[in-house]
Amino acid sequence: MAILLNRVTKSYGSRRVVDDVTTSIDDGSLTVILGPSGSGKSTLLRLIAGLETLDSGTVAIDGQDVTFQDVRDRNIGFCFQHYAPFRHMTVAKNVGFGLKVRKQSRADIDRRVGELLEIVRLSDKANRYPSQLSGGERQRMALARALAIEPRVLLLDEPFGALDAQVRVELRSWLRDFHHRIPVTTIMVTHDQQEAMEVADQLIIMAEGAIQQTGDPRHIYASPSNEFVQGFLGPITNFGGVPVRPHDLEIRGANAPGEHAVVTAIQNFGFEVRVDLRTEHDTSCWVQLSTREAETLSLSVGDAVTVSVRHEPALMI
Amino acid sequence: MKRPTGLRVVVLAYLGVIVALPVGYLIYRAFSKGFSSFMSQVTQPGAVHALVLSLEVAAIAVPLNTIVGVGAALLFARHRFWGHRVLDLCFDIPVAVSPVIIGVALVLAYSKIGWWGSWLATQGISVLFSVTGIVLATTAVSLPYVLRSTLPVLLESGTDQEEAARTLGSGPLRTFWYITLPVIRWGVLYGVVLTLARTLGEFGAVVVVSGNISGLTQTLPIYIYDSWDQNYNAQASFDNALILAAIAVVALVVLGILRSKERNHRGDLA
Repeated sequence: MAILLNRVTKSYGSRRVVDDVTTSIDDGSLTVILGPSGSGKSTLLRLIAGLETLDSGTVAIDGQDVTFQDVRDRNIGFCFQHYAPFRHMTVAKNVGFGLKVRKQSRADIDRRVGELLEIVRLSDKANRYPSQLSGGERQRMALARALAIEPRVLLLDEPFGALDAQVRVELRSWLRDFHHRIPVTTIMVTHDQQEAMEVADQLIIMAEGAIQQTGDPRHIYASPSNEFVQGFLGPITNFGGVPVRPHDLEIRGANAPGEHAVVTAIQNFGFEVRVDLRTEHDTSCWVQLSTREAETLSLSVGDAVTVSVRHEPALMI
Repeated sequence: MKRPTGLRVVVLAYLGVIVALPVGYLIYRAFSKGFSSFMSQVTQPGAVHALVLSLEVAAIAVPLNTIVGVGAALLFARHRFWGHRVLDLCFDIPVAVSPVIIGVALVLAYSKIGWWGSWLATQGISVLFSVTGIVLATTAVSLPYVLRSTLPVLLESGTDQEEAARTLGSGPLRTFWYITLPVIRWGVLYGVVLTLARTLGEFGAVVVVSGNISGLTQTLPIYIYDSWDQNYNAQASFDNALILAAIAVVALVVLGILRSKERNHRGDLA
């Protein structure tokens, strides 16, 4: 276990932001802490880094209790939400800062900075200032700067939050790939469930300062431990009084077994189709169909159908 | 783009009436009797002594208020403590009230009838009618400028860069020197120039505590006023006023040039 959190608690004034959190993070894993804003996930990350002090509980990294260790002695790579570039320094100076603090020789620093800029594909921008970089480039510079000190743990606070959608998707898969090559234990915080599902080996779901569920992302998606987790990870609809994923429902002809229903609305999103239904018990639910399924059924508003739960719930991915 | 002619005329006229015309006329009068006359006025022993004293006072007051101002700005920006609003307000009092009041208050406190003036006297330290008093008065009236020009920059820049430096292993001194100071330096420098201008120009508070002893405790503004009011030597007054004004203006211009150079170099507004 690379990181062990034991009963970690933190309050600001009377508000308990992190409430009795106990969990462990595997060595070399890419763990994502997922939660809505205000769930305490960023605070938890800052507590691990030592940027905030705990009210109670302990933090251990690589078997060493670091609860009372200053942030500068923890040897942690931290990437801030807005990258926190040193604006008056060039890209190379930014990346080399931690090495300069460690009193490494000029030649060693230059060599290492060169290597890192190669890895994050910024070699040609070494002498630029942060203001001359794009958002994605700044993000990669911040990553190189954090990695320069060969941290025991890499902590990323909403790393893609401030980027536009296309760059975000690119950087996500880049991060996956990157972590594959340099498997330093990484914890990333995000509020974007799609991002979390795509990137994480291990998922920690937080709400209101407490952990809701931890584990393999696909497992959590398929068997959420509570309604919050289920609702947060993907859309849910109510069928027969039970919350289910809308793609786990099936629509068939009016004579098939299942609950009778009438189509009330159809929305086509291109890659999927949403069908709203009113059932014989006068409750409403909606079903998510692939475009091809919708074409086969060729539904229109007012059609009488039956709806039932698929026998083999479709797992995501 | 529409040219706001009316507004421009108003602003120019305003500046003309209160700045350009009087200063322009002062420059004209300073050199009206030729350059050699100007030089002889500004090299009078009394004038030179006054200029040197003003510069000496500035050389003490400016660094002092720079250190205190930057320290206070860090304190107010990075820590919330009980009474910080009151303390913050206290920094403005010396410039909010008339300088004469500061002078009188200092005389009260430091004269032999004052609270600790009598104790200081037994230690052989006299504050009034001395250079010490002038430094004290000048420091008091130029107290808030560095704080006021630094604090907004510090609040706006946030703590991200400092925290990033800490995670990279940087201690407080290194973080301040390599991260915080470069971020706030233009704010600090602007404050330093304002402080310098105020320390060189201060009249009211200094005249009360200094006793205006010619050739001893006379700063340049007091010398200028004296030449005008007591010695009926208007020419000495014009010429030395120009020297005084030039120092502050040159400081402002140099700051402006340095700053625009760096902006061009880095291509941003930071």
